[in-house]
Amino acid sequence: MLNWTTKEKIIKNILMLFAFSSILFLTGIIIVLFREGAPIFTKVGISEFLFSSDWYPTYDPPGYGIFNLLSASIVVTIGAMVIAVPFGVASAVHISYILPKKYKNIVKPTIEMLAGVPSVIYGLFGMKILSPFLRGVFGLPTGLTALTAMIMLGIMSLPTIVSLSEDAITAVPKSFRDASLALGANRLETMIRVILPTASSGIVTAIILGMGRAIGETMTVLMVAGGASLFPSNILKPVRPMTATIAAEMGEAPVGSEHYQALFGIAIILFLITLVFNIFADIAQQRFKEKVSGE
Amino acid sequence: MNELKMEVKNLDFYYDDFQALKDVNIPLESNKVTALIGPSGCGKSTFLRTLNRMNDLIEGSRVDGNVLFDGKNIYDQDVDVVELRKRIGMVFQQPNPFPKSVFDNVAYGPRIHGLKDNETLEEIVIGSLKGAALYDEVKDRLDDSALGLSGGQQQRLCIARALAVKPEVLLMDEPASALDPVATAKIEDLIDELKNNYTIVIVTHSMQQAARVSDNTGFFLMGDLVEYDRTDKIFENPDDQRTEDYITGRFG
Amino acid sequence: MENKFTKRKATEKLIFWFLGLMMLSSIAILGIIIFFIFKRGVGVISWEFLISMPMNGMTEGGILPAILGSFYLVTGAILVATPLGVFAAIYMTEYAQKGKLIRIIRIGVSNLSGVPSVVFGLFGLSIFVKYLNFGVSILSGSLTLAIVILPTIIRASEEALMSVPDEYRSSSLALGATKWQTIKHVVLPASIPGILTGCILGVGRVAGETAPIIFTAATFFSMRLPKSVFSEVMALPYNIYALVATGTSPQKQVPIAYGTAVVLLVLVLLINLIAIFMRIKYSNKNAN
Repeated sequence: MLNWTTKEKIIKNILMLFAFSSILFLTGIIIVLFREGAPIFTKVGISEFLFSSDWYPTYDPPGYGIFNLLSASIVVTIGAMVIAVPFGVASAVHISYILPKKYKNIVKPTIEMLAGVPSVIYGLFGMKILSPFLRGVFGLPTGLTALTAMIMLGIMSLPTIVSLSEDAITAVPKSFRDASLALGANRLETMIRVILPTASSGIVTAIILGMGRAIGETMTVLMVAGGASLFPSNILKPVRPMTATIAAEMGEAPVGSEHYQALFGIAIILFLITLVFNIFADIAQQRFKEKVSGE
Repeated sequence: MNELKMEVKNLDFYYDDFQALKDVNIPLESNKVTALIGPSGCGKSTFLRTLNRMNDLIEGSRVDGNVLFDGKNIYDQDVDVVELRKRIGMVFQQPNPFPKSVFDNVAYGPRIHGLKDNETLEEIVIGSLKGAALYDEVKDRLDDSALGLSGGQQQRLCIARALAVKPEVLLMDEPASALDPVATAKIEDLIDELKNNYTIVIVTHSMQQAARVSDNTGFFLMGDLVEYDRTDKIFENPDDQRTEDYITGRFG
Repeated sequence: MENKFTKRKATEKLIFWFLGLMMLSSIAILGIIIFFIFKRGVGVISWEFLISMPMNGMTEGGILPAILGSFYLVTGAILVATPLGVFAAIYMTEYAQKGKLIRIIRIGVSNLSGVPSVVFGLFGLSIFVKYLNFGVSILSGSLTLAIVILPTIIRASEEALMSVPDEYRSSSLALGATKWQTIKHVVLPASIPGILTGCILGVGRVAGETAPIIFTAATFFSMRLPKSVFSEVMALPYNIYALVATGTSPQKQVPIAYGTAVVLLVLVLLINLIAIFMRIKYSNKNAN
């Protein structure tokens, strides 16, 4: 029979193992990506891999340059943010600051609920409803274009950005607002001069997280971006972002082949980009906490 | 002086660099009520928590000196904290029943300590509720949530919960400060009743309460035990000028 | 003075009105998407559609295997992720002391939640499908999805545990309970509603995930229901993708895709709605 102190120690150590599971998986992901993907960097060379626009993995000789794919990811993400940020932040401001409480209690949960709509549903809508519409409007040969992907990704990111920005604005202490109103500022001036500056780093966190999600989003871009590995010089032409490339080609790349390695190579780049986004989001979040708590 | 249940000798207590208790010496007599008074932040609650080692839970805290319990220092290496807390019960400032039924709240302690037999359990629960002068009020709703009781009832439930593990000493940290006068009176009557079977140490910010319920009183100021004596002596003829100033309301 | 005052007021009104318009259009856009999916898909749905097998190369029949497949995958993922996440959260809130260790764990959780879903898919392919040789199967897919939702469950459990009042802990310890007894009998029961909410949100998320299962679990067309955890399965989200992106007879298959989308959407929205209501009810209860 164990005495209780030993038993407590054992339990504590077991729980600690569980707590490390996230680190374990994260490390596992990094190891797997590099083990499978790193060989392509030595074969092709990192600069060739990143900056060559020849993505011909099945040709002879093959080309493994992801410049067009990387550019497509970046352009589509920026385009999505151009759509999502104004709508998202404006909505968040309105919900948290202007909307009466009884409406807020309906609107906020509705938006949170919409945040759960699976990406494949957006993909279906973009592919079968938005894309024919855009083809008609612009007279295009195909409606599956960078613009279609931007619009769908932008809409998809909306709930995240609205919800997180709204949290940030609501977290600004009421006393700040009251102090400004008591000095004779009206609600708009208070919002512009006091609330938004205080909430800004929280809103930035929301936007960065939205961007991270957009650049890593797979199914929607796979379905609506058109899939051509062209440089995104015209948003009305099809493109092929990194995530779509991985999802579309992994099925046909033999395990361990150069093509397989190159797809893992893309995943490394993608992983690093989202890692950087995450770190920035964490920093912004930290700043926001300090500002609100006044430390 | 009567038999001593506990005796504190040269006790120092630190939160990191801050010394919260300075060389405290105090005897705690068996079957007596000892009241600890003093302005907020004087160390009286900290002191109370050194008596059942609840302060162990605070990161960066440190204890020097001896707290003798039946002659044995509770800060010795070989002391089992769990066993100690079983023998020295505690009642907190805010009534804090668990979100469980009345019965399960009182049965919690005995169950934790391995009692499974339902009949014995029921006996203990009813005995403890009677001991806390609560049984008649709750006997028909033992299975209802404890959170539905009034504040005063909740506090007596917490006392019953503490009694159920059959402690020898009962520590009370301002047990009536969150209660209305009627509930407070009930708690005070209960304390008077309980001292027949338990040694009681009570922290209170109300001097009237200390005067009403206690046999001995200790006055704390900024981590020092300024004066300790029989309660009537402290309130009628204190030795220390600072005690007199506090009692007469000149500060605090 | 009077004039300036009215101008200030007019500007305020105009801008607030504009913000309101932006908000309404945001909700409207999201609403339109759901509306269109329903409009095109509801007609396809019938009892037959839900409970029969697909036929003729996925051009006719129902989606029973996809519904069941999603159910197996989600159940598996939750069964794995819940204990892992809850125990991790217990360590983080109840045991870990402030300092480097807990910071590192937090960074791990937050970065894991930011990993793109397709990368999880690659990880699952490399570890579960190939290295551990589970093949493309329910097992591989469930394990991959479990990692995807682990951060969600850890965060929700952490929040739930932290909302348990400290008095519960100290009064249990004062009764001579050990730390683990206190957690098991007092802290954990009090945080169950919050943890449950987190798990339900996890279910909603996992049910719609596609990219992590493309290479680890999913198959486009199956004549049989899965026999064991080593069988590959059809799944609702993958079914939608496969029907519209790789289907060979669109006029027959696209309606099935819409029908599947309605089933998935109703499921996910319902699950999220339950979670949100639970959270509102639970937080009100805690506030009182």
